Amino acid sequence: MIQVSTTINGDEHQFVCDPRETLLDVLRDRLGLTGAKEGCGTGDCGACTVEIGGRPVCSCLMLGAEAEGKEITTVEGIADGEDLHPLQVNFIKHAALQCGICTPGILVATKALLEENPNPTETEVRYWLAGNLCRCTGYDKIIRAVMETAAEMRENA
Amino acid sequence: MSVGQATAHDAARLHVTGQARYVDDIPAPKGTLSLAFGLCEIARGRIAAMDIAAVRAAPGVVAVLVAGDLPAANDVSPSVHDEPLLAEGEVFYLGQPLFLVVAETHLAARKAARLGVVSYEELPAILTIDDALAADSRFEGGAVIWQQGDASSALAGAPRQVQGQIEIGGQEHFYLEGQAALALPQEGGDMVVHSSTQHPTEIQHKVAEALALPMHAVRVETRRMGGGFGGKESQGNALAVACAVAARATGRPCKMRYDRDDDMVITGKRHDFRIAYRAGFDDEGRVLAVDFTQYARCGWAQDLSLPVCDRAMLHADNAYYLPAVRIESHRLKTHTQSATAFRGFGGPQGMVGIERVMDHIAHALGKDPVDVRRLNFYAAPADGAGMRISDKVKPQETPYGQPVEDFELHGMVEALLASSDYAPRRAAIAEWNAANPILKKGIALTPVKFGISFTLTHLNQAGALVHVYQDGSIHMNHGGTEMGQGLFQKVAQVAAQAFGVGLEAVKITATDTAKVPNTSATAASSGSDLNGMAVKAACETIRDRMAEHLAELHQTKPEEVEFEGGEVRIGSTKLPFAEAAQECYQGRVSLSATGFYKTPKITWDRVKGRGRPFFYFAYGAAVTEVVIDTLTGENRILRADILHDAGASLNPALDIGQVEGGYVQGAGWLTTEELVWDGKGRLRTHAPSTYKIPACGDRPDVFNVALWDAQNREETIYRSKAVGEPPLMLGISALMALSDAVAACGGPSSSEAIGQQGPYPALDAPATAERVFRAVQRVQA
Repeated sequence: MIQVSTTINGDEHQFVCDPRETLLDVLRDRLGLTGAKEGCGTGDCGACTVEIGGRPVCSCLMLGAEAEGKEITTVEGIADGEDLHPLQVNFIKHAALQCGICTPGILVATKALLEENPNPTETEVRYWLAGNLCRCTGYDKIIRAVMETAAEMRENA
Repeated sequence: MSVGQATAHDAARLHVTGQARYVDDIPAPKGTLSLAFGLCEIARGRIAAMDIAAVRAAPGVVAVLVAGDLPAANDVSPSVHDEPLLAEGEVFYLGQPLFLVVAETHLAARKAARLGVVSYEELPAILTIDDALAADSRFEGGAVIWQQGDASSALAGAPRQVQGQIEIGGQEHFYLEGQAALALPQEGGDMVVHSSTQHPTEIQHKVAEALALPMHAVRVETRRMGGGFGGKESQGNALAVACAVAARATGRPCKMRYDRDDDMVITGKRHDFRIAYRAGFDDEGRVLAVDFTQYARCGWAQDLSLPVCDRAMLHADNAYYLPAVRIESHRLKTHTQSATAFRGFGGPQGMVGIERVMDHIAHALGKDPVDVRRLNFYAAPADGAGMRISDKVKPQETPYGQPVEDFELHGMVEALLASSDYAPRRAAIAEWNAANPILKKGIALTPVKFGISFTLTHLNQAGALVHVYQDGSIHMNHGGTEMGQGLFQKVAQVAAQAFGVGLEAVKITATDTAKVPNTSATAASSGSDLNGMAVKAACETIRDRMAEHLAELHQTKPEEVEFEGGEVRIGSTKLPFAEAAQECYQGRVSLSATGFYKTPKITWDRVKGRGRPFFYFAYGAAVTEVVIDTLTGENRILRADILHDAGASLNPALDIGQVEGGYVQGAGWLTTEELVWDGKGRLRTHAPSTYKIPACGDRPDVFNVALWDAQNREETIYRSKAVGEPPLMLGISALMALSDAVAACGGPSSSEAIGQQGPYPALDAPATAERVFRAVQRVQA
């Protein structure tokens, strides 16, 4: 077992894990952060996306031990207390979710996008989200929600 | 008014904050064990020896169960008891569960499950439709045949004929949340099961059978699924039963979730079909007779294959009046996963058959396929808006004898042709194709007419349980399950409307077999039709009791009591709803009621194939434009325009979500989603790395979706229509648009004279890049 120190959603965490354990399993099983989901376990679906150092990462492809010293944001850390992030507000407003299981990963991934590129084109959003599968919505409302959020955030910046 | 409002999904805030709990997110009690199946490695044979010593000895393993260890029934079939949880000697498909590993962790269970050493006496496997036909391997003895009129003489006498066949691939559900269950053993041998299922009552039934308990000793709860699409109608039985028997054996809570690869290898998918057709028509393209032979690959167990194949037959007409028709259906048994329910339940396959016929006829005549389609539409009802037929007409009948009384498509298609600029775009595409030798474009409009009701008549019932508490808050429960479609929200809108309160007053609660018993699967698009009515009935019972009491108390008549705007008006008195509830409680009025609903008007004789299986039809139409690269077969959807009929929508935001998602899922089925089995019966496409569902970039560049503004002609819940399955079939327009683009490679455009056409593309589905490429080669040859 390995002892790991890391920062998750702004809070310092220490955990002990098996060296072979994925970060996703650590988050879900050891830290009770079940927002990230296992959709495929092979990095193809994006349901387990978390942000590490400003980049979206499939937490099923990363070992828990690799989180040592990293800053991690999960879907649980996107809102500021009761105040939702504009992306969360717009996902609700645009009905950009149905079963909701891809939603955490898509929110984390798009938050990272808007931090890197506050003015993305629709095509850039589509390609950024190429690794996040959604089986319910057909993606249209997701794109609309992201585009509107980007516009709002630019106005308020 | 809460009904008809575009309110957000009830759990939207929980979803965006990561708080929504799926089965695998429920905090499990200390000591919860994890399960995994050891899987069969051949498609057909007998188990000669099964050595599980290494499995038992693996780290973290608590127990390993084989068929002989099960306490009672070894069956997880939803229909005819032909589906053992664990194999008993004979094995029927590659991926069949052989033994059950119970371990301290999910990973330990999965690793140990790989350590079984099994030797087999292998037998020749029946894998394909041709194999099954050669071996006469089938369910239901022989083919099922329904006919109307004399199709063979009408065919022989028809001025023109086309014939051909189409292969239609299956489809993996790819619900993003895999199958999952959690069993919690209770005192006295009772069992509580959390299951990601569309059918909690069936889980309860199968768990009770497996534990030799009466159903009252098993309680099943389902708060939500991470997608279902039919794949959780029966396929969750195995996990729930496995958890229950393991919990019984160990006395500890047990959880099971399939890893994605296991999920795809073990569970059933959409039935793949081959449909052979012969159609006779006149020089205008009016169909005189059609003969269909539908071959369905049902897999190793019966599951729901018979009603699926029935529904394929019931949709062989789609939106078209077929004066003479013969439909022959072969339900073939193969050594592959047991094909199961998938959004549309056979309807989509049947519909692809007739849409292919329309496309083929139009090609043969050199006509715009839209003209051929409209020419063959069912007559509009006599009072129909937008009808094109001026004379009052008696409703025409479907091949199974149901009058089509609510045909909306004349007006809908006219509106869609206009809003999508179909005619100018078709002309522009012809110009593009004449000028561009490599990239060819295609466009197609296809309609949908989908029958609403379970064809097994007794399933068309639903129950609800509603409580009003003394503080005016309302607890609502019904038999439907939430898989993302927004059912809970729609039904909550119905409850809020009934009491005239805001949605915040209504608590939506998990589906629970102890609250509402004997539920039907949330399937056949029936969720809000059935459960909305049951909840309305329960609410009205309570409301009437309240009105009677309050009227007496305030010396007026019950008819003078109105529930609106969060208040109750009793004659000239106004009370907040909460105070009214308190007064009723003080007056010893029962504030709890059940509600029940059964769909009226339906009768169905499945042996004869005659009757009125459907309460009504839901309609839709889509125009899709595509472009193909003739050098590679690569293709894209450029634009999709959809007009869909949700009746008087209970919630337009949720309904449009169903339409968009359904279209994309349907287009995925017919384009990129290819299931490949090798010659040994091994599914080679068992992960998203090899099985391609639509991704964000596959969404059409231009995607215009609107709801048709019309009430349901039948008395459904606030005159709305079911919307779960029908939009999937709008995706057929993508396949037909690809066919149109391929046809453009073969000769003059379709506006040219008859006889100058290239060969018909005869594109099979899914129309993958490879298939499109080969079809281009064929028509260019």
